[in-house]
Amino acid sequence: MSKTFSLGGIHPHDNKISAAASIENFPLVDTAYISMSQHLGAPAEPVVAKGDIVKVGQLIAKSSGFISANIHSSVSGVVSSVELLPDLSGTMVQHVVIKVDGDVWMENIDRSEEIVGEIKLSGPEIIAKIAECGIVGLGGAAFPTNIKLSPPPGKKAEYLIINGAECEPYLTSDYRIMVESPEQILIGTKIMMRALNVKNAYFGVEDNKPKAIKLLKKIAGKNYPEIKIVPLTKRYPQGGEKQMIEAITGRQVPSMGLPIDVGVVVQNVGTALAVYEAVQKNKPLFDGIVTITGNCMTEQRNFRLRVGTTFDTMMYAIGGLPKDAVKLISGGPMMGKAVCRMDAASVKSTSALLLLTEAETKRGVESNCIRCAKCVDACPMGLEPYLLNRLSRADRIEDLEEHMVHDCIECGCCLYTCPSNIPLLDTIRLSKAQVIKIIRSRPKK
Amino acid sequence: MKKLLVSPAPHLHGKESTRGLMRDVIIALSPSLLVSIYFFGFSAIKLALVGIISCVVVEYVIQRYVIKSTKTINDYSAALTGLLLALNLPPNSPWWLILIGSIVAIGVAKMTFGGLGQNLFNPALVGRVFLLVSFPVIMTDWTIPVSWFREGIDASSGATALSIVKEGLAKGLNMDQIFQANDFSYMEMLFSKIGGSVGEVSALALIAGFVYLLIRRVIKPHIPLSIIGSVIVITGIFWLVDPQQYADPIFSVLTGGILIGSIFMATDYVTSPMSKQGMILYGVGIGFLTIMIRYFGSYPEGISFAILIMNACVPLINKFMLPKRFGKEVKNG
Repeated sequence: MSKTFSLGGIHPHDNKISAAASIENFPLVDTAYISMSQHLGAPAEPVVAKGDIVKVGQLIAKSSGFISANIHSSVSGVVSSVELLPDLSGTMVQHVVIKVDGDVWMENIDRSEEIVGEIKLSGPEIIAKIAECGIVGLGGAAFPTNIKLSPPPGKKAEYLIINGAECEPYLTSDYRIMVESPEQILIGTKIMMRALNVKNAYFGVEDNKPKAIKLLKKIAGKNYPEIKIVPLTKRYPQGGEKQMIEAITGRQVPSMGLPIDVGVVVQNVGTALAVYEAVQKNKPLFDGIVTITGNCMTEQRNFRLRVGTTFDTMMYAIGGLPKDAVKLISGGPMMGKAVCRMDAASVKSTSALLLLTEAETKRGVESNCIRCAKCVDACPMGLEPYLLNRLSRADRIEDLEEHMVHDCIECGCCLYTCPSNIPLLDTIRLSKAQVIKIIRSRPKK
Repeated sequence: MKKLLVSPAPHLHGKESTRGLMRDVIIALSPSLLVSIYFFGFSAIKLALVGIISCVVVEYVIQRYVIKSTKTINDYSAALTGLLLALNLPPNSPWWLILIGSIVAIGVAKMTFGGLGQNLFNPALVGRVFLLVSFPVIMTDWTIPVSWFREGIDASSGATALSIVKEGLAKGLNMDQIFQANDFSYMEMLFSKIGGSVGEVSALALIAGFVYLLIRRVIKPHIPLSIIGSVIVITGIFWLVDPQQYADPIFSVLTGGILIGSIFMATDYVTSPMSKQGMILYGVGIGFLTIMIRYFGSYPEGISFAILIMNACVPLINKFMLPKRFGKEVKNG
């Protein structure tokens, strides 16, 4: 029996049309544009300058604060500039631009295919290694992994949960690594368990991926009995951190709380692979698996893509932008960002490039709320989106806080389900940001 | 250069629309409409047509010339109100009666509040209750009109089962005597009731509509089931105390518009609560008030009034019966 969360959720068509496409290496690019803001927190500080020669995996920017992450070159060549360039939403961000020349890797990176199972490092050494290699959460938020693996004083992790739900429609990058590198992911999980000093780990996978579940169960059953593979119901947002914790442990993360408050740390499968590569293979995080998909495309692809590849280059590699594609989304269709600059480049947490046609992504004309309560039923946090929308439009900040707008996880279920096409999440997102700012500005008790 | 669309997530949208939901409710009402056409012939067709056309015209005129907003008659909600009003009138009603009802339903109960989604009370019910208190004689004349399909009906046997019971009790008869004298049978109530409004001839047709609405996920079962459940429980208690003075629970559910009221009237999105807990409270309130009106009030039926009274409580229910929040009552262990 598959497990699932208790409140709300929707069932969009999963459209995993790229699931069968094996991961291929993306061709080398001419120029890499490496952003200094690829993670949550302070931008990294460049340690290279124009004219420097860099190798693949060489540190080019270092972490500049408690919440920040190192950044390594994804290519080899000459630094041609360090300048402000637009990211995918048009915000100007510091980038290191590298003119590619060959593909020379740092000598200390183990590029062999051999799987290294034995973990030599101790807990604190693992965390230091992860920080050094610039690993960030690859589930979307790009939170520095070393911080997530170091619970604050007084808090103790009981379980590690690996998130392999991939509940967003279309995305298949996590699925591909689960079927192509299951052993490596499980070793990565073991490494993080040692870092957290926990005895048990759960590995949640949505049950629309039976092949991945079977494979992981087989390997875990034989070599890693302390990692339990948990099939989860196909239901969006099953991969939401709070939803997944509830599905697996029955615990609910309190409002404004973190998973560690209920003794859980959640990491994505992609992160587990990156941790394996960093700790066992000495490879910093400078590439990732990216699904390029869409019903308007003739061919669906999964690539291992170096950080700093522009969307233009990706489109060129798949034979150009299809005629009827009107929207490019970095990430999944429910929570991903629409790309507004084709010259913006991929980052560590880029997981997909989705192409949608006008018919697929069209929003209908907004009409009166008919109070059908479909948004209330769909909200996985038990909120009242119809009410939050009205309060947001009236700027009633105090009432918004009373109705827990700050608990919104921005999953988009309300907007998806609304028969009157009311842009519920658009207005809620704005007021949520305001309310959270106010809550955070209050003196702590 | 090609232009790209940029908008916030989510980038996919469900296929449901207001229009589609309203259309589904109309489809769910069609078995009842067909059965009533079979029994009442032209008068059922006439009522449905006049109801739908007058509601749509009234809404269009007000929207276009009075509030001057965007066109709303395409969403089928006015047509649905017209059809519901028609199905809630006695089969022998004259055409002008439903015309007046439509003007009150759409003009007063819906458009004065600002149109779809804004009204406090169910428009079709406001129309019906307005007619009931303004034209009490016509509204309780349950004479069955001559049908094209079914001949030889005793035209005098048109009183509703509940009014027969109420009159019988007033004359000092007990339940057994009333049931024997009138030959009530549950089978007949399921397929074709003795008397009642156009839409409630057949309980089975209404239940078929209910099942369709549930399968299409247009409505949730909470409201209808809590109304029917509370009616069964409350009438059951009275019946157990004195079976000669109070009708049994099954009879009570199958008569007096409980089914059409709980399935199609009380579940109106606009005028019912938003949370599941709220829906159950609302349903129990309707069931309780209906039986109180039946047993202690002057009207034999009562569900129309019960729903309107509970409609007025919906804003309060929405304020206090909030949905279950995630992470509010943390159960960790």
